[in-house]
This record gives sequence, structure tokens and C-alpha cells, in this order.
Amino acid sequence: MTINGWLQIVVFLGLIFLVTKPLGVFMTRVFNRERTFLDPVLRPIERLLYRVTGVDEAHEMRWTEYAITMLLFSAVSMLVLYLIQRIQGVLPFNPQHLGAVAPEHLAFNTAASFTTNTNWQAYSGETTMSYFTQMAGLAFHNFASAATGIVLAIAFIRGIARRQMNTLGNFWVDFVRCCLWVLLPFCIVGSLFLVSQGVVQNLKPYDTVKLVESQQVQRVGSDGKPVVDASGKPVMDTVTTQTIAQGPVASQEIIKEWGTNGGGFFNANSAHPFENPTPITNLFELFCIFAIGSGLTYTLGRMTGSAAHGWAVWSAMALLFLAGVTVAYWAEAKGNPLYPPTIAQHASIAQPGGNMEGKETRFGIANSALFATVTTDASCGAINGWHDSFTPLGGMVPLVNIMLSEVIFGGVGSGMYGILVYIVLAVFIAGLMVGRTPEYLGKKIEAYDVKMAMLVSLVFPLIILTLTGISVVKGFGTAGISNPGPHGLSQILYAFTSSAGNNGSAFAGLTVNTPWYDGATGITTLVGRFFMIIPMLAIAGNLAQKKYVPPSLGTFPVTTPLFTLLLISVILILGALTFFPALSLGPILEHLLMQIGKTF
Amino acid sequence: MKKHLITAFLMTIATTILLGAIYPLVITAVAQVLFKDKANGQIRYRNDEAIGSRIIGQPFTSAKYFHSRLSAAGNGYDAANSGGTNYAPTNQKLIDRIRTDAGTLHQENPDQPIPVDLVTTSASGLDPEISPAAAEFQIPRIARERAVSESAIRDLVAKYTYQRDFGLLGEPRVNVLELNLALDELAGMPH
Repeated sequence: MTINGWLQIVVFLGLIFLVTKPLGVFMTRVFNRERTFLDPVLRPIERLLYRVTGVDEAHEMRWTEYAITMLLFSAVSMLVLYLIQRIQGVLPFNPQHLGAVAPEHLAFNTAASFTTNTNWQAYSGETTMSYFTQMAGLAFHNFASAATGIVLAIAFIRGIARRQMNTLGNFWVDFVRCCLWVLLPFCIVGSLFLVSQGVVQNLKPYDTVKLVESQQVQRVGSDGKPVVDASGKPVMDTVTTQTIAQGPVASQEIIKEWGTNGGGFFNANSAHPFENPTPITNLFELFCIFAIGSGLTYTLGRMTGSAAHGWAVWSAMALLFLAGVTVAYWAEAKGNPLYPPTIAQHASIAQPGGNMEGKETRFGIANSALFATVTTDASCGAINGWHDSFTPLGGMVPLVNIMLSEVIFGGVGSGMYGILVYIVLAVFIAGLMVGRTPEYLGKKIEAYDVKMAMLVSLVFPLIILTLTGISVVKGFGTAGISNPGPHGLSQILYAFTSSAGNNGSAFAGLTVNTPWYDGATGITTLVGRFFMIIPMLAIAGNLAQKKYVPPSLGTFPVTTPLFTLLLISVILILGALTFFPALSLGPILEHLLMQIGKTF
Repeated sequence: MKKHLITAFLMTIATTILLGAIYPLVITAVAQVLFKDKANGQIRYRNDEAIGSRIIGQPFTSAKYFHSRLSAAGNGYDAANSGGTNYAPTNQKLIDRIRTDAGTLHQENPDQPIPVDLVTTSASGLDPEISPAAAEFQIPRIARERAVSESAIRDLVAKYTYQRDFGLLGEPRVNVLELNLALDELAGMPH
């Protein structure tokens, strides 16, 4: 680890701290339907949208209606995405003449994954998706799923803030305002900034250039194995050109980060020089991933009248973030003990050193470890280095982050309602310790609320561990493993954790474009999204109708360092109790075996 | 319920037109006007022939050129098929590959330790850059092959070395394509 590396991490967290209040205040105004400086431009567009879609903006919804409209919208838009993929061959903006996304289970998996803000990718963008599908299908869902997540968090916050009311707001109005005010303006500015730094934005066919030096490469057959001639020697081809994939990348790149979606335009995601060309764009993309999640902590404080509570939650998140990045950075900087001693793995002014397999030169170790931590603290899933090639402990950090339900700033919206579930449990535990009915910001937390919170906390590990268990004992599951030994278990565990947590990053060596994995991870993303949201909205609806109880001597204050500490403990204990056995058989065992020189 | 279903359908269409068509097309138009070179991938030309993108790596294998990092994109540096090996640190295939390459490189330049980025694949498979240490390691070989002094080559390397952005962000790095093109020009080689 270097001082320079740590400085970059500190600067990053500093920027997130600085944006929290302004963005939190802005979002509060947007969702309270107060005036903002963007109204003169956006208000007419908003009205137009309500007119063509038949939305009554004065209508308020109970939690059930809010949930149903959200589900209907998700179902319809998911179906449309499936259809777009299947007929992209006849749609415009397809200069590479890519055919329908096939087979059907891949198109289903992608539709489910993008609708749920997961962006798990069992395909490579540049060889599978037309520009039309990328723009109107995938990038659109980056907006739609992000907005859906954010408005659900707002609905939950309203549930806490409102007193003796039946309603949580109007899903359509919240959704439209989120797209128009919170997402679109920033994306316009941000995408142009990315282009100015070298992220491409065009609709032209892929370029073909003549290589400076032609190359001899082994011919590879359709089965992925090298082709050999009659005498058993590999057949060599001379390659004289390079085809360079292009596309409307910047407009998608920005919402991929700002909406914590994470689905790369290209297979290499944010490691690709056309998605993330410089360390400046890297910092900018990291900033975008955390900004809204961080801002929502302030919105929580502001809408419920307790700014200090927002900061107490923010502090818990910041501490968990620092813990994660410290472990990841330390583990990756140490490098791989299995490399021969002639290889220099120490950092110096002339080289980043460390475990550089699957990492880019311009990012080195610090920025790769930081990116892996941030993308899984939030439910983003973009990557700038391959998590599969991280050291066992370095790769365990992203895995654990997702297992903790991505509440460390978290996915846009989903991080907020995720941590609210933990907060409900934390105040419940505090209440048990002193023997009083727990209260949270003036609302009594009762059996119904805790039952729903526990339902959320149980569905998540249940689906991950069950499906991982099936995959490791069945041939259709183990067939996908590319790294044998304990790492194979980690690959499968990561796949289901990532899809249940709606993250979308992967231990990507696992072959996942199979009926089993496409089907199972696709369904997991849907369960991980909607089975979390519905109990969560039920809590919100229940809280909204409760009376306000003024704080008394027996109320556990939620603005103190003690609360921050309790919240962190609940998050860690719940996560550790659930997942420690699986982790000890995967990354922890691999780490121990690596130390004694074992390979697989 | 039926009303909501109709709204869901109309909302999908309306917001797709706004966010999935108008937004990216307007951004494309503006980007093409304001940042033409960058928006199109910074394609470089030599003698009116496109020979690559400044920020997409290319394979170089002969001794007279600086070598790029190892690539797992397609057959190597396939810029329409980006990706990495995804080898776990304990994968025997990774360790075998590293041992073989380290042996070759150690023979080529026994005086210096081998910078780790020279024996590892990049994440994109298209990494346009190597570390300054990886460039320094290759200087004796290039000087020998091209019969040019090491110091002349070292000067060129320095010219195409990018320091950390703002002195803080990222890592120092050397652009391999730019450096190799400059090497050819230094030698006045027929293009």
C-alpha cells in the first residue's frame, strides 16, 4: 500500500461527503414537489408525460397500490426488453447486423437482470447487442430500474415521516420526477464530460485498422479448442487487422454508474479503455456510484426531521466502506505468493506492483481495489478489474459486501431501504435490551414490522445458499467452474449472491450462459428485487398510519455514535452468522492453501 | 388495475422514447460536434491508413518493439471481444504461464527484476499502456535490436510516459502504440 493510494481513497470519500447534503436537499425538494431551479425546463415535459400516460398527479396511493403499479411497470418494461432483444435483427441502429439475442434463456436472463437493476451479464455487449438494444433496451432500463429503486426508498422514508396517513405517494409521479430531475440532467452533463475524456459516443460500424505489426495466432475452433493439423501441430493464422468495437457508450456509461446499474456496454465493462479511459474518469465513475446513495441518507434525515440521524447512518456506511477497502487494498497490494521470486511485486514510483492479473495499468492496485469495494458496497456491479483474479481475501471483500445486502451507501434507493430494514432490527434489539417497546423516529416498532424485516433478511440468504448448494452437487452447476478447488465454490457462491443482491458483478470465469445459470440467476434477480420490496413497502405502509410518539427517557436515540456502532454490529453479525460457513469453505480456505503453495 | 396496466404500457413507451432514443441521440450529435476525435475512438493514421486507436492496445511480439501486456481478448488484443483470463490466483494454468514467461524474460534481461505487469494479463485485454518499469526492462533489448543507444530510447520512453493525473490519480504509465510509432520514426524506417 502506498501513501498515494490512500490519498486517492481519502479524496474519493471526501467528495462523497461533500455531495451528500446538496444532493440530499435537492432530492427532498424534488420528491416533496417543491420548486427547483430546473422547473422551467422540466415541468412542461413532466406535464406532457402525465397527459400522454393518463396519470393523475394529485392521486395518492396506499402501499398496496404503490406496489402493484411498480410491479406492473416492471413486468411490462421487462417484456418489452425481452422483445427488443429477440427482434433486434430487424430493428435500426444495428451496423454490425447482429441477429436476435439467443438462446431464449439468455434474453430472459438479461431482461430480468436489467429490470431489477442487477445488470448481470451472461453475454458480451460488443458481440451480442445492437446499438438499438443498448440504447432503447438496456440504457433505458438503467434509468427505469434506478428510478424505481429511488422512489421505493422515498416511499419508505415517507412511511416513517407521515403520521396517521394511509398513503405513501404516487408511484408514477415519483418515478417521472426521479427520471427527469434526479437522473437525466446529471447524465446529460456527465456523459459529455466522459466523451471529453475519451469515452466514445457514435453510431458508426466497428472500425477496422491495420495493425502496426501483424501477428501469428493459433486458430481456435468453434468448440474453443486450438485447431491442429494432421501432424498434430497447431494451425496458425496471420492477423493483420484489428476490429475496434464502437457505439453510443458515454450516454450509457454515465447512467450505468449514476443509477448503480453496472451493465457494461462492452464485456470488459469499466476496464475497457472506451468506457473508462483515464484515472480521472475512474474517479468520476466511482463518485457517481456512491453519490445518490450517500445523498439519500441526508434525504432520510431531512424528510424525517432529524438531520443528525441521517449523518449517523452515513457514518456507519463510511466506516464499513473504509473497512472493506482497507482489506481489499492490503490483500491486492501484497500480490501473489505463488509467483516466482524473479518477478517484482512491490509498488514503486515506476510500477504499481501487487496482484496485477486482470487489472489495468492506469488504475494499478489502489484504484482497482477501491473500485471493487465501491461497486459492491453499492449494488452497482460495474468492474474495472476482474474480481475472479483477485487474491482470495481481496476477492472476498466484494463478496462480503454483497452478502451484507449492499447497504454501504448501497444501490440507488435499494441501499436506503436495505439499511432501513437493518435499522428496524437494530432499534428492536436495543428495545429488547432495555425491555421497552422500540421506537424509531417517533414510530413504535411492533411485531408486524419486525416480522416483515426478518422476512427480508431471511429470503436473501435462503435463495443464495439453496441455489449455490444445488449448483455444487449437480453436474449442470459444476460444469461452469473455470477455477478448480475452493475457488470453484466461490465462483458459484458469488454468482447467486450477486444476482440475489441485484449487484451484477461476477467471478466471471464461471460459464453462465447455460439454461441452468441463465434461468436460476434470472429468477434469483427477480426474487432478490421484488421479494425484498414488498415486505419493505408493507412496513412503510404500516408505519405511515401509526401515531407519532414523542421521544421519552426510554427512547433509544438514533443520532449518537452508540447507534452507529449498534447498526454496524447488527449488519456484521447478521451477515457473518449467515454466510461464514460458506465463506470459510471458499475464499478463506483458498487463502490458507495459497499460503502453503497449493495450486489447482 | 386495468387503468394501471395501460399506464404502465404507455409509460414504458413514452420514457423509452425520451430516455432510450432522444437522450442518447442528442448526446451523440453534441459529442460529434464538440469532441469529434474522442467520440470516435481516437483513431490514428499513418500514411493515410488507419493503424489503431490511441487508447486501445495492440499486440507487439517482435524484439524490436516494446511489448504490450498479455491479452486475453479473443486471440489477443481483439478489440471486438474484450475480456480477461479470469484465472484465480491459485489456478495452475496461471502459475504455469507466469513461470514460463518469467523464465524467458529473465534470460532477456537478467539484471533487472521483472515488473509484474509484464507477465500478467490486463482486465480489458486491450490495455494500451505498460508501467514505466516494464518499459525500462525492455530498453536493453530494443537498443540491441535497433542498434540505438539506450539513452536515446530512454528519452523517448520519458516522452510517452504519462504521470499521475493532477499528480495524484491513477498510476504512471507508458502508451505502447505511441512509443513504438515514435521508435519507427526515430529509425526513419520505411513506413
